[in-house]
Amino acid sequence: MRWVDDNSLLIWEQLREHLYLALIPMVLGLLISVPLGYVATRYSWLANPLVALGGVLYSLPSIALFIVLPALIGTKVLSAANIIIALTIYAVSLLIRNVIDGLRSVPEEVLQAAVSVGYGTLRRVMTIDLPIAVPVIFAGLRVVTVANISMVSVGAIIGIGGLGELFTLGFQQDFLTPIVVGVVLSLALALLADVALVGLQRVLTPWARVNTPKEA
Amino acid sequence: MIEFESVTKQYPDGTVAVDTLSLRIPSNEITVFVGPSGCGKTTSLRMINRTIERTSGRISIDGEDINAGDPVTLRRGIGYVIQHAGLFPHKTVVDNVATVPKLLGWDKRKTRATAMELLERVGLDPKLAERYPAQLSGGQQQRVGVARALAADPKIMLMDEPFSAVDPVVRHQLQEELLRLQRDIGKTIVFVTHDIDEAIKLGDNVAVLRVGGKLAQFAPPAELLAKPADEFVEGFIGQDRGYRALTFVTAENLPLGPVPADLAIGADGKPAGWRKDGDTLPVGAVFQRGDSLRAAMDSVLTSPIGQGVCVDEAGKPVGVIDYTGLTGVLRP
Repeated sequence: MRWVDDNSLLIWEQLREHLYLALIPMVLGLLISVPLGYVATRYSWLANPLVALGGVLYSLPSIALFIVLPALIGTKVLSAANIIIALTIYAVSLLIRNVIDGLRSVPEEVLQAAVSVGYGTLRRVMTIDLPIAVPVIFAGLRVVTVANISMVSVGAIIGIGGLGELFTLGFQQDFLTPIVVGVVLSLALALLADVALVGLQRVLTPWARVNTPKEA
Repeated sequence: MIEFESVTKQYPDGTVAVDTLSLRIPSNEITVFVGPSGCGKTTSLRMINRTIERTSGRISIDGEDINAGDPVTLRRGIGYVIQHAGLFPHKTVVDNVATVPKLLGWDKRKTRATAMELLERVGLDPKLAERYPAQLSGGQQQRVGVARALAADPKIMLMDEPFSAVDPVVRHQLQEELLRLQRDIGKTIVFVTHDIDEAIKLGDNVAVLRVGGKLAQFAPPAELLAKPADEFVEGFIGQDRGYRALTFVTAENLPLGPVPADLAIGADGKPAGWRKDGDTLPVGAVFQRGDSLRAAMDSVLTSPIGQGVCVDEAGKPVGVIDYTGLTGVLRP
């Protein structure tokens, strides 16, 4: 516990970095996969190749991606951008399937009704399609968030890894406490982020929690 | 008036859904498109609000080509009701009804007041306003669908098989309510169904379409039953068209006999049963003066002693009719 008190500033700093490195790619992933997913539902021949590509990208080992990215896109080897871009790629590759499934979950008669009463395309997508797709998209978002939080630690290999840096510290000094602190805080962060997303989803979808239909 | 002039819809694969359709849909009346599946009735309907674009020909509303303006503006001026209602599951009932006024940018208070008023108008409890569609029965959802279509007070309402997914009892109620509503609002309604009975019941005019999108006959229902244009129409109307034609003859001229002493009267003044050999038998169906001959005949047929009971508005018996009385009217 003594170590924790002495290093509280470091721990706090790494926790903040960890959260930042995990959440920015989640938001970017969402911003990229929603329009991409919409295009894939408009041009349905695109959907399967996109989902397949997502699967391939997700199977790339993260360490390899962190190290290869600077060579590919010219970022500095020790830049946080590498982590953010890599995790955004993972986020998009997971989310794209959920966005497509979510948009496809909007019943055909609802779409038809929306068009027929006079919604323009953008307004329809923003106020009808996406809100109805929220439960399915959020299912993916929760997976992405937890996966990102765990994957950030791998970045410690290249020196930017939030709480993961506590692991390297512990291994280098052959000292268990920082590792335990890192593990516990990562878990807590993942749990909290998940709870926050569940809460947000409940606020966004009051309609999804109503009772079953009554016959009258 | 909505006018179709040689309207054709052909899909890229060569399928012709609607073939040189020409007809005039009169204002303030219900016009029904009816026919078997594949006859192009829904396609024809959806070409009116341009959710399907025709390949050739012209469609005009009150003389103005529907292609003159932008389709989104056109659609906001035309009410639309579909099968399963197509309500927005994430919006409350009142927000669903308020959809078009919101799109048109109406004042919030006016929008809400209009929506609440419409809920009552279509026979829904205002308490349901804050519910979500999933909490309503199929019949209630369809009423919300009708309220949504009427919210911005459009001159035209398109209804695409709106009642075909509800059970027969509810369907009957919804049909009656549509007719009652139409007496108040007098919209130009175009109604699509595959059910000839529904077409005959609701339509001021019925357009019978055949597979391949050709118009077989366009006539008021009584004329359709009396003079089917060809074998297809005759076959589509069905075997008992003679009996169904009685729907269009009033029961007013029936020579009613006096109410017999055998008819037991309940405490509420309504017929309670027929006394026969110490038993009381059920009354069967009753009819009113303003009903059709079909209702009167049904009353006679369902009576255990062959006497149909005619009642007044309050349900009190005013006279009876038997087979002889009926056939006297039926014989020309």
